[in-house]
Amino acid sequence: MLSFIMKRLAQSLLVMAIVSAVSFSLFNFVGDPVNNMVGQDATREQRVEIRQQLGLDDPIPTQYTRFIGNMLKADFGLSYRIKRPVDDLILERLPATLELVFVSAIISLFLGITLGIYTGIRRNSWSSRIILSSSLAGVSLPTFVIGIALIYLFAVHLRWLPSSGRSGTVDFGWWKTSLLTLDGWRSIVLPAVTLSLFQLTLILRLVRAEMLEVMRTDFIKFARARGLTERAINFRHALRNTLVPVITIIGLNIGGLIAFSVVTETVFQWPGTGLMFIQAVDFVDVPIMAAYLVLVALLFVIINLFVDILYFVVDPRIRLGG
Amino acid sequence: MSNLLDINGLNIEFPTRRGTIRAASNVSLHVNAGEVLGLVGESGAGKSTVGNAIIDLLEKPGRISAGSIKFHGEELRDKDADQMRRIRGDRIGMIFQDPQTSLNPLMTIGAQLVETIEKSTKIRGRKADQHAIKLLEQVGITEAVARLKAYPHQFSGGMRQRVVIALALAGDPDLVIADEPTTALDVSIQAQILDLIKKLCKERNLGVIIVTHDIGVIANIADRVAVMYRGVIVETGDVAQILGAPKHEYTRSLIAAVPRADAKLERFTSVDYIEGTTNNFKRIDIQNHWLGETSKQDYDGLALEVKNLDLSFVLQNAVFKRNRRMLKAVNNVSFSVQQGETFGLVGESGSGKSTVARLIAGLYRPDAGVIKVFGANVNTIKKSRANLSERQALQMIFQDPFSSLNARMRVLDIVAEPIRFYRLTNSESETRRIVQDLLDHVGLGAAAELRYPHEFSGGQRQRISIARALASRPRLLICDEPTSALDVSVQATILNLLKDLQQELGLTMLFISHDLPVIRQMCDSIAVMRHGEICEVSDADAFFNSPKHPYSKHLLDLMPRMDLIKP
Amino acid sequence: MSQHSPKTRWERITDNDIMWSFLSSPGAMTAAVVSSIIILACLFAPLIAPFDPFDPAQISLWDGKLPPSWVEGGQSQYVLGTDNQGRDMLSTILYGGRLSILVGLAAICLGMVMGVTLGVIAGYVGGATEAIIMRLADVQLTIPGILLAILINGVGRAALPLEFREEFAIYVVIIAIGLTDWPQFARVARGATLVEANKEYVQAARIIGLPSWLIMLRHILPNTMRPILVIATIGLALAIIAEATLSFLGQGIPPTTPSLGTLIRVGNEYLFSGLWWITLFPAVALIVLVFSVNLLGDWLRDALNPKLR
Repeated sequence: MLSFIMKRLAQSLLVMAIVSAVSFSLFNFVGDPVNNMVGQDATREQRVEIRQQLGLDDPIPTQYTRFIGNMLKADFGLSYRIKRPVDDLILERLPATLELVFVSAIISLFLGITLGIYTGIRRNSWSSRIILSSSLAGVSLPTFVIGIALIYLFAVHLRWLPSSGRSGTVDFGWWKTSLLTLDGWRSIVLPAVTLSLFQLTLILRLVRAEMLEVMRTDFIKFARARGLTERAINFRHALRNTLVPVITIIGLNIGGLIAFSVVTETVFQWPGTGLMFIQAVDFVDVPIMAAYLVLVALLFVIINLFVDILYFVVDPRIRLGG
Repeated sequence: MSNLLDINGLNIEFPTRRGTIRAASNVSLHVNAGEVLGLVGESGAGKSTVGNAIIDLLEKPGRISAGSIKFHGEELRDKDADQMRRIRGDRIGMIFQDPQTSLNPLMTIGAQLVETIEKSTKIRGRKADQHAIKLLEQVGITEAVARLKAYPHQFSGGMRQRVVIALALAGDPDLVIADEPTTALDVSIQAQILDLIKKLCKERNLGVIIVTHDIGVIANIADRVAVMYRGVIVETGDVAQILGAPKHEYTRSLIAAVPRADAKLERFTSVDYIEGTTNNFKRIDIQNHWLGETSKQDYDGLALEVKNLDLSFVLQNAVFKRNRRMLKAVNNVSFSVQQGETFGLVGESGSGKSTVARLIAGLYRPDAGVIKVFGANVNTIKKSRANLSERQALQMIFQDPFSSLNARMRVLDIVAEPIRFYRLTNSESETRRIVQDLLDHVGLGAAAELRYPHEFSGGQRQRISIARALASRPRLLICDEPTSALDVSVQATILNLLKDLQQELGLTMLFISHDLPVIRQMCDSIAVMRHGEICEVSDADAFFNSPKHPYSKHLLDLMPRMDLIKP
Repeated sequence: MSQHSPKTRWERITDNDIMWSFLSSPGAMTAAVVSSIIILACLFAPLIAPFDPFDPAQISLWDGKLPPSWVEGGQSQYVLGTDNQGRDMLSTILYGGRLSILVGLAAICLGMVMGVTLGVIAGYVGGATEAIIMRLADVQLTIPGILLAILINGVGRAALPLEFREEFAIYVVIIAIGLTDWPQFARVARGATLVEANKEYVQAARIIGLPSWLIMLRHILPNTMRPILVIATIGLALAIIAEATLSFLGQGIPPTTPSLGTLIRVGNEYLFSGLWWITLFPAVALIVLVFSVNLLGDWLRDALNPKLR
């Protein structure tokens, strides 16, 4: 068990190291930091002074070490565009994104897994066929199209829900949550549904495929030969064996949600880190791009580590060698 | 007189897009309590299908189209799905072939046992646990209490099969159907499991149907035998009669084709009853053919010399070297093979015999030791073109006919590959002609050259492999279990082919197998391997008549007693 | 095993199980027909579109923002209406669809070639090479594709001098999406290679003395194509969506030569002032396009799965 965790940790560190290197090179090689800080009108002396202040003339390894040091303190400097510290900006907007991802994750996992199991067990019923065809449609709908369609339908036509923005926030220290008010829920519904749809269909299809695969195994055949009820076979044997590989999907799912939150936040103007990232890319606001990259990598590394450990705990073949 | 199980006129069909396939036609047989019926036939005979049909577990789209199956006098075909489900496990039990995949890897065996006990009997809770322990002890598993909490992957193959048997018996059924229960197990374990089945049959007064392709298994535990061929029962009778004085032609040729262990015959008796094994392809005068030209080296030393061979594999890698678990697959192995002789390497699975073969072929590098093929040291042969003549001298035939050919290449390209690569001819048309002659000579026919491997049966694919091996005009041929995956009838023809080729071409053969009767028929000298080490090396006759090493004696004892077969 | 003469190539194509399952499924056939029509229409856009929307000479701002021809205010020559710049919607959709397909195909090919090559080498050679390649793939897979594509695309564009940004935008998009795809191909290729490399026909080739590169090319590669093709079709659908997403976010293909995603973006700005057609038609076209590719991929996956037969 120990070697397992060590290996995973080593891999995580490797990921973070590479990501930090990429992040660092963004700073140094994309755009000119000095230009971005002071604009076109600065004099030559001012530029030289700023270069020295920022330490841009030091050898690269020194700069890199400084960068890593700063990174560990979560200090990425000032945003080129907004002129405020990046870490402040991120902290401000992180809760919005995390809550959106959380709600979407619940929707996609819950519906995806239950519907996947249902269509796996009742393979040939009408409802299964319908669900399956819709899932194919679901995988074909780009997130932004869904978003636009939902806005048009629920916000413009029916006027039931707001078309953009995040309202109804309540403060919990530095964390602003919108999940405690009805208004907050009304504003998060559309974005969350939009974000979850793609992942939901993916999970549904994967779970179903896994279930069908399990139903074909020899031990299910042997269980039938022992006369166990279909119910016992489905729920005690097949389900357990289906869900174990599905655990790995949870990690991918959350990863995909965080990724596509960028798109969803853009469509709904949801004030999260994703929207900030897109605006930064547009402007080539390197500090935010670099910080976002590191943040996202860190999140994924933690999630993957967690999923790996979960897998280890749940599958006796890995846990007990033998 | 009411039998335990009475099948009459059973027809099983599988509708496919190419028409309906009859898996079983007019099958009739019966089993009584306390007796073992052996249902024997080669692959595709339909025997497993009959077993599945009895408990209504036919794979879709198969269905029973006619006939009756009476269990304790009741017609099973009249029962609905729920009634059949209750009969399964409670009254009729079934055991499948592969113990590894028969058990749910995520449940402890205790959980699986208790689940079945609670379903099939009225025993619940702690009493169910105790019953599970009793069952495990009855099937010969020691430390049963601790074992309840273990998972299937923590057991060996033989023990897993015992667990499977315990599960099948949990409901105290009257009839047990065992579908190839020992095929996936080692020879020594096979004997133990068969003994267990026989013991349980007598103790519990069970009726047992054993479905198998292995005549040795039948000889071991069957009381009566039913022989199936292509979906039809061709003969039924007592085991003594079937083995000793078979009436039907197919049965006769089947029994005759089983390799004998008591004396070495010139050729294997092939099963002529099977349609389609006619060998009327043109045989070439191979001595005067390009194929018969051996290399011009005048070397009269040993064909193969192996000295102090060592090889270890890493079982479990770890960060620190001392925590690494190694497996010594080959331990100080030495033997030598004369030119023109057939040398047998015998052992059970895991003995290291295949690893030795691969070391000799150059597929692995040994940790220590010397391998000399016709005087040339194998490990110093670099992969440059200059040394290709040495590479050509050694070729190999493998066990699995399905993975030994590239499914995406035509037979012509497969067989021609060595000729083209070694640039043995001057023109493509000459190459093609040689390939056609070769295909004729191995009994496939030149027309096979344009086809793909999947269009051929297992035995035919082995012929393709043989043709490919011969194309480089080797002088040493390594045969790694070449017929273990084939039916008995096909085995005989392939082995005869190998014998013929050896005589025609003066080949030296290294023949690897776990099947002692086959070794007896093929080999001049024998080495026995166990756990990576050589136990005994001797001349074949001497080995079979008076083996020296205790393990050798153990192996010989395990050979199925075929004394019921009259010579 | 058949006793008759070997089948001709045509016979082998028509008379096998894949074709049969295709021909007997009305769903698959309808999908194939519809998809082919759409895809061909897009690919032949220059030949069949009534206007060339990329040619500034053919655009007239006066004709901008016209509704579809069946709505009051529409004109018959602009069947589906015009966009804000006066381009005919039908033509723009055809050209845009063509762009979307071509970009998707190019990106997938890039990812496939790169990924399969690296994956087969990793699987066959093993050792440190395999470790390095697969670690790289794992590291890259930690970050979801779309984010990486946005990042690479953004950096790529920023790196280009201003004048060339629009012209080369399409290539940057292709490279960005292709680079995010290679790890999946590498993983699948490596897995398949590991399976094939252990098979006995590869051992036979090694005994004959074939050099490694030849074994990889002639023996291993063709046998890995099955699973690769399956993820390629899924990947194609995802690549088309990725390009559309990038374009929608303003990072992809510029509005002067719009793809379907760019069109939706443009239309979105006018959606709430009532010009619904600029968004709806490209959106429908995009959905249908991706749907057909997915359907094809689904069917292909089922057909190529030996266990389902």
